[in-house]
Amino acid sequence: MKNKKQTYHLKIPGKTENLELIRTFVSRLAQMSGFDEDDIYKIELAVDEACANVIKHAYEGKGKKEIDLLLEIDYKKLTIIVTDEGVGFDVNNILKRDMKEYLGQMKVGGLGIHLIMSLMDDVKLKSKPGEKTEVRMTKYLVKDGKIKSKQVDDG
Amino acid sequence: MDSFEVSRRQKNEVEILEIKGYLDAHTAPSLENAIQELIDSDTYQIVINFRDLAYISSAGLGVLMGFIENIREHGGDIKLCEMNEKIYRVFDLLGFPKIYDITEKEEDAVQKFNR
Repeated sequence: MKNKKQTYHLKIPGKTENLELIRTFVSRLAQMSGFDEDDIYKIELAVDEACANVIKHAYEGKGKKEIDLLLEIDYKKLTIIVTDEGVGFDVNNILKRDMKEYLGQMKVGGLGIHLIMSLMDDVKLKSKPGEKTEVRMTKYLVKDGKIKSKQVDDG
Repeated sequence: MDSFEVSRRQKNEVEILEIKGYLDAHTAPSLENAIQELIDSDTYQIVINFRDLAYISSAGLGVLMGFIENIREHGGDIKLCEMNEKIYRVFDLLGFPKIYDITEKEEDAVQKFNR
């Protein structure tokens, strides 16, 4: 995959039963990109969290709408863009939340976005109330000129 | 299909839930039902053994969060044991080791109730 950018697209009904299929799709592509087992697990979990959030919060578990996954792979990174057809939310409300205080109150849910941010190298959230939400997350194979994981050259 | 299973057994008046497979937003209701059954039968001393769990997402951690307050109010607890490194890391990233007892061995988790 050296120097070539490749894109893969998956549009899938937003149901929890499809999370396994989404994880398989993403982990296989991460493996092909040359990420090691540890990074593959992180990528798989981050995408699971993003999609589970869409199903739970944007689609309220109804499964009638679709989740759009776009994966862009080049020699130095994998970027996954998860887009929903939901109603959006105020990003600042999520980002401002103090995790320690939140856990102290033993509240359920809302853990996913914090996991995504811990697991991935670069995360961008785009959403506004009334509009669709986009989560763009990147994991680097090469950062600051150093190879982080074993690379696979497709020749 | 990735599956998820919960099985129950008892040890020194502590209920052990063994969880196996993949715990995500799709399978989390199975764990929720298993813990709810214990609460319905006034069982509040619970150990969850993660030995055969291959995967967990925050939906699984959310189940634990949903019950812990009620269980502790009844003098009980949920203690966690035998997690592999990947599973433990998810708990650690979200700060759970500060809220839950997590032990390497099941007998240590059970012992914590018997002290």
